[in-house]
Amino acid sequence: MRHIISVLIENESGALARVAGLFAARGYNIESLTVAPTEDPTLSRMTLVTHGDERIIEQIVKQLNKLIDVVKLLDLSDGPHIERELMMVKVKAEKGMREELKRLADIFRANIIDVTATSYTIELTGHGHKLDAFLEAVPEEVIIEVVRSGPLGISRGPKGLGL
Amino acid sequence: MELSGAEIVVQALIDEGVEYIWGYPGGAVLHIYDALFQQKKIRHILVRHEQAATHAADGYARATGKPGVALVTSGPGATNAVTGIATAYMDSIPMVVLTGQVPTPFIGSDAFQEVDITGITRPCVKHNFLIKRVEDIAETIAKAFYIATTGRPGPVLIDIPKDVTDPNVRIPYEYPKKISMRSYKPVEKGHPRQIRKAVDLMVKARRPVIYTGGGVILGDASDELRQLVEITGFPVTHTLMGLGAVPASDKRFLGMLGMHGTYEANMAMHESDLIIAIGARFDDRVTGKLASFCPHAKIIHVDVDPASISKNVKVDVPIVGQVKPVLRDMVKVLKERKTKPDAKALAAWWERIEGWRAVECLRYPQSDKVIKPQYAIELLAKVTKRRDFYLTSDVGQHQMFAAQFYPFEKPRRWINSGGLGTMGFGLPAAMGVQQAFPKATVACVTGEASIQMCIQELATCSQYKLPLKIILLNNGYMGMVRQWQELFYEGRYSHSYVDALPDFAALAETYGHVGMTIEDPADLEAAYKEAFGMKDRLVFMNVLVDPEENVYPMIEAGKGHHEMHMSPYLTAERELA
Ligand SMILES: Cc1cc2nc3c(=O)[nH]c(=O)nc-3n(C[C@H](O)[C@H](O)[C@H](O)COP(=O)(O)OP(=O)(O)OC[C@H]3O[C@@H](n4cnc5c(N)ncnc54)[C@H](O)[C@@H]3O)c2cc1C
Ligand SMILES: Cc1ncc(C[n+]2csc(CCOP(=O)(O)OP(=O)(O)O)c2C)c(N)n1
Ligand SMILES: [Mg+2]
Repeated sequence: MRHIISVLIENESGALARVAGLFAARGYNIESLTVAPTEDPTLSRMTLVTHGDERIIEQIVKQLNKLIDVVKLLDLSDGPHIERELMMVKVKAEKGMREELKRLADIFRANIIDVTATSYTIELTGHGHKLDAFLEAVPEEVIIEVVRSGPLGISRGPKGLGL
Repeated sequence: MELSGAEIVVQALIDEGVEYIWGYPGGAVLHIYDALFQQKKIRHILVRHEQAATHAADGYARATGKPGVALVTSGPGATNAVTGIATAYMDSIPMVVLTGQVPTPFIGSDAFQEVDITGITRPCVKHNFLIKRVEDIAETIAKAFYIATTGRPGPVLIDIPKDVTDPNVRIPYEYPKKISMRSYKPVEKGHPRQIRKAVDLMVKARRPVIYTGGGVILGDASDELRQLVEITGFPVTHTLMGLGAVPASDKRFLGMLGMHGTYEANMAMHESDLIIAIGARFDDRVTGKLASFCPHAKIIHVDVDPASISKNVKVDVPIVGQVKPVLRDMVKVLKERKTKPDAKALAAWWERIEGWRAVECLRYPQSDKVIKPQYAIELLAKVTKRRDFYLTSDVGQHQMFAAQFYPFEKPRRWINSGGLGTMGFGLPAAMGVQQAFPKATVACVTGEASIQMCIQELATCSQYKLPLKIILLNNGYMGMVRQWQELFYEGRYSHSYVDALPDFAALAETYGHVGMTIEDPADLEAAYKEAFGMKDRLVFMNVLVDPEENVYPMIEAGKGHHEMHMSPYLTAERELA
């Protein structure tokens, strides 16, 4: 099962290494990891996506909680939640293709954020599935570069993950 | 009060109540050593290798329950300490290790004697810190002790760059009175509903077993455990790390369980319908093959670390909390219960257990020609029975023989490396114990391979006049390795013969100690008496034992509790009958 876990962690040097090291040392699978400081600069928020059966996920959650720097943790997959990921795609946009690519971007509500005579850079936000679908729709031979942020997640409803 | 960083380090340790530091100097910690020199409250013990500093601090912690402290320099000093840190980590021992580091502007530049010790130790410490400002020293040290000693204990490392301890930079000092951390809040009491659920199962159980481990020792909960055993009358078994929690002489004690556990303990586990696990972590040396572990039992598990629960074995009633308050509450709820455990079922259960016990699985063939290692431990027990006695051990067959044959009556008396199984642990650990209890008798049982891993500490023992009794069960082999090679590699003894041994008695003497060599079983008791009679001297007893004795019973790795190998001596006897 795929799980998306949010972690509030002390914004200290080494904190990220502790999390990454934990996954490596215990052989847990890690699909993506994003991290940035929160509105409280002493805290960072991490979103990580992992796979595993119930027993492994239970261990991952416990082992993360056990890290001294981890302040709070929520397995978003336990309840209704929203996921968003940001992607930027650089594509070859030569004469014959420019219109087609612009149309595709519009269909996916993507923005073209950089334009040259021969290329576009397209920005797209959404659930990972939507980003995948966009990449499927773009002809493979025009793709120059793809960069994805990995998913961010937040629970639905009025309650927040805070101190 | 204005102090330099180095003085703050020392003063903070004093304010923390530290009595001893085991350490070794070097460039990066010179300021700290200078501050140590100018005070009288803390005693620094100079070891001969940093590994020994950590083991000695660890031994002190295991015997006293107080955190052990070690101080080493950067680079090689720090890396030498890693084995001792990992040893403490695996057995959840409270320890604070201070390492010197190159000055902050040099960090990351491959400076002389620089290693990233916080990076190296991250997977084998409870937590570590790199101090970057002199203002942070006092609070970091307070946090380190708080983390090391609370919750599930463990080693904490503090890396201190040299410039942070600069004697010329002085700042006001105050030691934090109380530490509270938003990210670390260890649990104390168990949830009352879970405790009631556990008691529900206990009063219904027909074939219960209490299985306890290092957590009961670490949590100083032997009295509470004894009460639980008393009011339930349930059989109790200990892991290697739990020995001494219930007196070995108690009828309800089944001995150690696991790979080299007793027949009665392992069979009781296998046939049980309720396992009450307390401060034990279902290690693979205990469970054997998980698929056939306790096939008929429901499991209650008390542990302060949620991550220990349902890690290897799925648990029915988890109770997260410190053993002491949990056991207290459990006993209270049990006493208030109208329904009591079924006395008839329990009597029938005991009858089966007595049947297994009657096998006397630890029996071995006695000899008047060669000293049997088991006999050496039995005699040791006899000679030291009335003493205020601590026994440390190295790793190997001698460790297992000691665990099987020395009847520990009290907690914290059996000091050995279980989780990491570190050869070289025994001697330095004994130094830590002796330092903590100068009047007590402290012995170390070891093997000729293990002792050579930290033998340089004989010098430390003579410098500080530590009257240890070292009992070397010398079989000329890495016995534990040889045993596996005999049983699983058709007797191909690949590199397990310990050749070119020194004359240990003479070696001990060159360090200023008393050396003895004992070969004849008839001499052993008198030799022990003589050695233990020498109150102020370290006596190194080189006891030549049967070279090819094996440890039995034995459960092969990956087999179940009911698939024990018994000693061929017992099997032969059974065939005769
Ligand atoms: C050669 C060799 C052979 C071995 N053979 C055996 C064998 O036959 N049998 C055997 O048992 N072991 C054996 N071992 C040891 C084995 O490797 C493990 O170290 C040992 O079984 C673990 O013991 P434990 O479960 O008591 O855990 P420990 O490592 O002592 O862990 C303690 C547990 O209690 C918890 N805890 C700590 N403090 C508290 C507290 N205050 N309150 C609540 N919970 C707490 C911790 O979170 C942890 O889960 C052998 C080792 C060696 C080197
Ligand atoms: C540092 C270290 N290296 C290797 C091992 C593997 N090992 C476990 S027991 C053992 C042999 C120990 O021999 P000895 O000290 O003579 O004890 P004996 O088994 O003969 O009693 C070895 C090599 C270990 N536990 N620790
Ligand atoms: Mg040997």
